[in-house]
Amino acid sequence: MTIFGDVARWFADPAHWQGSHGIPVRVLEHLELSGLAVAIALVIAVPVALYLGHTGRGGFIAINLANIGRALPSLALIGLGLAIAIPLGLGLGFWPTMFALVPLAIPPIMTNTFVAIREVDRDVVDAARGMGLKESEILGTIEIPLGLPLMLGGIGTAAVNVVATATLGAIVAGGALGRFIVDGLALQEYDQLVAGALLVALLAILTEVAFAALARASAPPGMTVSP
Amino acid sequence: MAESRGATVEFRSVTKRYGDTIAVDRLSFTVPAGRICVLVGPSGCGKTTSLRMVNRLIEPTSGEILIDGQNVLAEDPTQLRRRIGYVIQQTGLFPHQTVADNIATVPRLLGWPKERIQLRVDELMKLIGLDPGRMRRRYPAQLSGGERQRVGVARAMAAEPPLMLMDEPFAAVDPIVRERLQNEFLRLQRAQGITVIFVTHDIDEAIKLGDRVAVMRLGHLVQYAPPGELLARPADDFVAKFVGSDRGLKRLSLLTVGGVELAPLDRAKLDGAPVLSPSMSLRDALAVMLSSEAQEATVMEGDRYLGALTLQQIGRMLRVDEPA
Ligand SMILES: Nc1ncnc2c1ncn2[C@@H]1O[C@H](COP(=O)(O)OP(=O)(O)OP(=O)(O)O)[C@@H](O)[C@H]1O
Ligand SMILES: [Mg+2]
Repeated sequence: MTIFGDVARWFADPAHWQGSHGIPVRVLEHLELSGLAVAIALVIAVPVALYLGHTGRGGFIAINLANIGRALPSLALIGLGLAIAIPLGLGLGFWPTMFALVPLAIPPIMTNTFVAIREVDRDVVDAARGMGLKESEILGTIEIPLGLPLMLGGIGTAAVNVVATATLGAIVAGGALGRFIVDGLALQEYDQLVAGALLVALLAILTEVAFAALARASAPPGMTVSP
Repeated sequence: MAESRGATVEFRSVTKRYGDTIAVDRLSFTVPAGRICVLVGPSGCGKTTSLRMVNRLIEPTSGEILIDGQNVLAEDPTQLRRRIGYVIQQTGLFPHQTVADNIATVPRLLGWPKERIQLRVDELMKLIGLDPGRMRRRYPAQLSGGERQRVGVARAMAAEPPLMLMDEPFAAVDPIVRERLQNEFLRLQRAQGITVIFVTHDIDEAIKLGDRVAVMRLGHLVQYAPPGELLARPADDFVAKFVGSDRGLKRLSLLTVGGVELAPLDRAKLDGAPVLSPSMSLRDALAVMLSSEAQEATVMEGDRYLGALTLQQIGRMLRVDEPA
């Protein structure tokens, strides 16, 4: 029982909401780290998946390659990231963590985008091609709009995974919400540890909810029968 | 028929191979401008493959296809396709676009001005019997199967193509709707003088719609003839079987009472005889005469007597192996 009281008191302490170690700054750091990781993954995965989905080529290879990213342990990647980042002068924390997060974000984006494009009714694509739409027009005006909800679903999954895993950055002296957990553990300040865990969980849930709403809002008109 | 703006299409020894499979084998025939050519034959005989080589959705292995004397392989495929209407069984309507946007697809690609596109969309919707005011903003999911097919046809006609390719466009709707769509389509095609290549596996549809019918089997063209001739003189046993043992009756539905050399009137016999109009099909005439148990019928145009039609005369028409 007492731990909840301690955590509530920890949140109530105005000192924890201020300065470079305060909750708002840590949340922003967390969002920055996660957002950039997802953005980099999008830039890498989406064009490849769109191309493979549109042409119907090499889909299995793409998905299997991407899944290797999922199989690599994040902690090991952070270690590898350190080994690469330090000689490059990129320092501790941010970039080594990025090195672990991007491979984590790629598989769901890659898989969902590929499937989203592939699943567009082939007859619709055939009719579009038969009427003289160029391949780029088929992709841009038919396949992407129709596949967008599924694509956003994959990006949402990637974002939630990244938000949860970005916590690990604190192990290699990164900022973000993982700081509260790692410091809480080191200092045996369990109120801080639990508060950090709650914040990460909350942020992950909000991410999930936001992307679910986005996916719903992106559903093309006319796809559900309405009176 | 209106002055034809249709294109002439010529297949010259067109072959398509997939590995060891020969989907289409040295296909040669010419579709005259403004006419409907129906490709018919059992499943897998190469109808769809032949059709899709015209707009280069499939490239032939050898041979050439000419539209108004121009080899299709010499033209950019997307440019080519924008001047050829294309309708498929599943309609392929864009589910995220309204009826109006679907119909406007090719005019938009061709860069028509907005006002012209809107006029054309409204005109087409009226032509296919959909009220523009009520239906323009609907999505395909909000239409019946028959309405969807109509929109598919309108979309293919939107940019006034000289040629339309249609792959079993009416196969997915029930027989009553199909018959109505066929009639509407015939009317539209006659009015606009478009050349049409139409694929079906339904011989009755082929006979009803085709000016020419191309019967295919295993990638080969077995017979290419007007429907009357196909019924009267099938090229071989395969065609005879395919058109059906009732081909004599089917042929009657292609012939009209007015086309028969009528017997002179014997007014004494004609009291109480059924009255036929010259535009009636012989098949319908036969039904009328059988059901009223008459040997003869009077043929009248308005209030003018043209002559008499006898059962013997119809019987002669039934013996289909005689010259038509
Ligand atoms: N991409 C392909 N690869 C290999 N074989 C093919 C391919 N497309 C078609 N075929 C073969 O070519 C032949 C002709 O096919 P096509 O689709 O033209 O037939 P169809 O007459 O339209 O039949 P249906 O009435 O069933 O639609 C078939 O034997 C088919 O299996
Ligand atoms: Mg077919």
